[in-house]
Amino acid sequence: MSAGETWMAVRDGLLYCIPANCYIDPHEPVGRAIITHGHADHARSGHGEVFATSETIAIMRTRYYTNDNTQETALNYGERFDLGNGVTLWFASAGHILGSAQAVLEFQGERVVAAGDFKRHPDPTCAPFEVVPCDVFITEATFALPVFQHPPLEREVDKLMRSMATLPDRTHIVGVYALGKCQRVMKTLRLAGYKPPFYIHGALKRLTELYESYGQDFGEWELVSDIPRSKKDYFTGKVVLCPPAQINDRWSRRFANPLPTVASGWMQIRARARQKRAEMALVVSDHADWGDLLRTCEETKAKNIWITHGRVEALEYALKQRGINAKSLDLIGMEEEVGE
Amino acid sequence: MKDFSRLLDDLYFTNSNLAKETILSNYLRETPDPDRGWALAAIAGTLSFDLFKRSLTKKLMMERMDPYLFDLSRHYVGELSETVALAWPQSKDAVRLNRLPDLHEVIQEFQQRSKTGIREYLIILLDNMTPAERWALLKLGTRGLRIGMSARTVKRTLANMKDVDIAVIEELWHGLEPPYLDLFEWIDGKAEMPDISQVLTYSPVMLAHPIEDKDFARITADTHQAEWKWDGIRVQVAGLNGEAKIFSRTGDDISHSFSDLKDAVDFEAILDGELLVRTNDKIGSFNDLQQRLGRKKPTKKLMDEYPAHVIAYDILSLNGENLRKFPLSERRKILKFFIEKQDSTRFSLSKLLDFETQEDLAKLREAAAGTKGLIEGVMIKQKSSPYISGRPKHRWYKWKREPFLLDAVLMYAQRGTGKRSSYYSDYTFGLWGPDPKTSEDSLLPIGKAYFGFTDEELKDLDKWVRNHKLARFGPVQEVEKELVFEVAFDSAQISKRHKSGFALRFPRISRIRWDKPAHEADRIDALARIVGT
Repeated sequence: MSAGETWMAVRDGLLYCIPANCYIDPHEPVGRAIITHGHADHARSGHGEVFATSETIAIMRTRYYTNDNTQETALNYGERFDLGNGVTLWFASAGHILGSAQAVLEFQGERVVAAGDFKRHPDPTCAPFEVVPCDVFITEATFALPVFQHPPLEREVDKLMRSMATLPDRTHIVGVYALGKCQRVMKTLRLAGYKPPFYIHGALKRLTELYESYGQDFGEWELVSDIPRSKKDYFTGKVVLCPPAQINDRWSRRFANPLPTVASGWMQIRARARQKRAEMALVVSDHADWGDLLRTCEETKAKNIWITHGRVEALEYALKQRGINAKSLDLIGMEEEVGE
Repeated sequence: MKDFSRLLDDLYFTNSNLAKETILSNYLRETPDPDRGWALAAIAGTLSFDLFKRSLTKKLMMERMDPYLFDLSRHYVGELSETVALAWPQSKDAVRLNRLPDLHEVIQEFQQRSKTGIREYLIILLDNMTPAERWALLKLGTRGLRIGMSARTVKRTLANMKDVDIAVIEELWHGLEPPYLDLFEWIDGKAEMPDISQVLTYSPVMLAHPIEDKDFARITADTHQAEWKWDGIRVQVAGLNGEAKIFSRTGDDISHSFSDLKDAVDFEAILDGELLVRTNDKIGSFNDLQQRLGRKKPTKKLMDEYPAHVIAYDILSLNGENLRKFPLSERRKILKFFIEKQDSTRFSLSKLLDFETQEDLAKLREAAAGTKGLIEGVMIKQKSSPYISGRPKHRWYKWKREPFLLDAVLMYAQRGTGKRSSYYSDYTFGLWGPDPKTSEDSLLPIGKAYFGFTDEELKDLDKWVRNHKLARFGPVQEVEKELVFEVAFDSAQISKRHKSGFALRFPRISRIRWDKPAHEADRIDALARIVGT
């Protein structure tokens, strides 16, 4: 048996650490769960005991994934915790969203890193990815195709700023996922010099406030619902943020001359952008692109790569070509649209 | 090339036609010759050559990328050009350009180079471009540009730039060639309008208005003539200096599809007429004509079996003389005399129909309804009318037979575009019948419509769709099979591409039958009877 396989397993489609009797990002309620980050396909409700970073736990509370009966253990990055039976857990930052972490599990001299979702591009709203050398690296493969080469975020934000300058009579409605994407786009716009208040959909409010409670500053923002419906032109020339599904739905009818925009890694594919009926596609991804996935797998020096979800075939193939053992885990419940 | 790429991106992602026009006219104003003319040609689809072959792009990619990964990528993206644009791996010893060449330089360079030269140049460009620029280049080079901008919108943009009627651009358009230097000189006010009288070209046709009740008051047998409105394809047959061309109503050159007819043209004239199939003095149905449509190079056998024939309605010019300004009654005399001298198997004169009263016209229209779609109705034309491109008022009327009506069941809905993008406004509907594979009774889609209802009704329909959702296929929303539409259409054809075996012409929603249970909707046999199979 190769490294890790004696004590890490896939049980009922869920990633499981045998000696610690503990699951990682399980999509259904379990007794003990390690949660890498707060997106809905990784963090779910109903677990008895939860291990996560304090930010992730705060996110889970905000989204009602935990309740008074949940036993929570919050760990800082690098803080070691004894899970029992000789298993040690610690978290390394994953660079995906606020609080996102790689779960590092150590047992009998072997180290397995479950990276959850991660990215290598800079993000002003969370800690950068940390390379942890290991025996087994468990990676995602959301954007694991050579066509995915994410552009620098500044270039995409510049595209939005330019469009606002050339089309001042339009309201730019940017569809963003509520957790992570929203805050990263707002912060980057501020860094690019965007001054007016942001107008946001109610669904983005609580998580934005949560980011602020961790010291993030997005400048002034207001809820769209606080502006009377009669003031259709109020938003002209401004940035409105909302969940992606709303950019062309009934909600958007309240704006005069809206320009539907979507910010997501998927926007790299034109047809997908058109399918979302976006008039502008901002390629903003919180996942590693093709080059970064391969680079990261190599940098961990892991002899074995296990792949959780996404374009599994392509990554497995490319890693094997590089002489690295790779296999797919066939986990269930991982949805690629969540968070992107 | 940078500006061109940005233009394409802007146009590609913009939904509203008006906004597209603004983007294009800004570009055409700000961009120097000849780049703007080449861009215009690329967008309007008038480029007559490929810069490089599609197969070359694929070959280059295969040389520098693992074929398995390329296949996975292409499968995922769904399209070759975009896959290459996104995944292009930089060459190891890439030649760095200080600046990307301009559009016209790119075109010129490709045209001048040999086969190996083309290959080298394409690699250099791809190495120096962003994904969006690569996409623009690959689409330009293989003429595969689809950015949702119709030729009509392009012409309207030009008309607005010069502040002239779109008909003026329409008349010029087909006589001009990329990179349109003369066109832009004229638009910029630096030259006279380009002269295209010595170019064998399409000139836009004169169209009729649907007749309204109040119009009958002005119609008499003295002032107007009546003719059949045939259901073929409206064509323009033009001959000049021993050359001949056949154009569709939209100005497409369809000569190659109808070479039998083209070979019968030995005159110097422009005729307006209806193209049909005629065998042994008998006019074929639209389904017969369909055998010839879209065939780029029809076989001799096919042409013998379904010979092309034109029923001539009008004559626009003869032996270099422009006849458009003469009244119809005069043109008709010239046309009659002209047709008598032509091969009668290829050309015949549209018959004038006798009438005195409105009742007579109504009877003619009823007679048209009994022709299984061969005749669509009656044309009523003012005898004093000059030939005016476009749709002038009170000159020509069409009185179509009543549309066919069927009760169909709503199956799928899709969001509209522009103002309607938040509404489910495009509806696919079907009739009951045996599934061709399983023979089980099911709904077979017969068509799609997105008009015929009021804004109020649209809101109700949108709400209904949202409350009756089933599965989703990309942008297509399946709904519960419960709502019945009364669908109106002008005719139906046999179609192999549709599961039901039929396709409708001009389908629209005539009524929403909120009250009617879905199982009482019509069956596919009803449509078969209309087509006459």
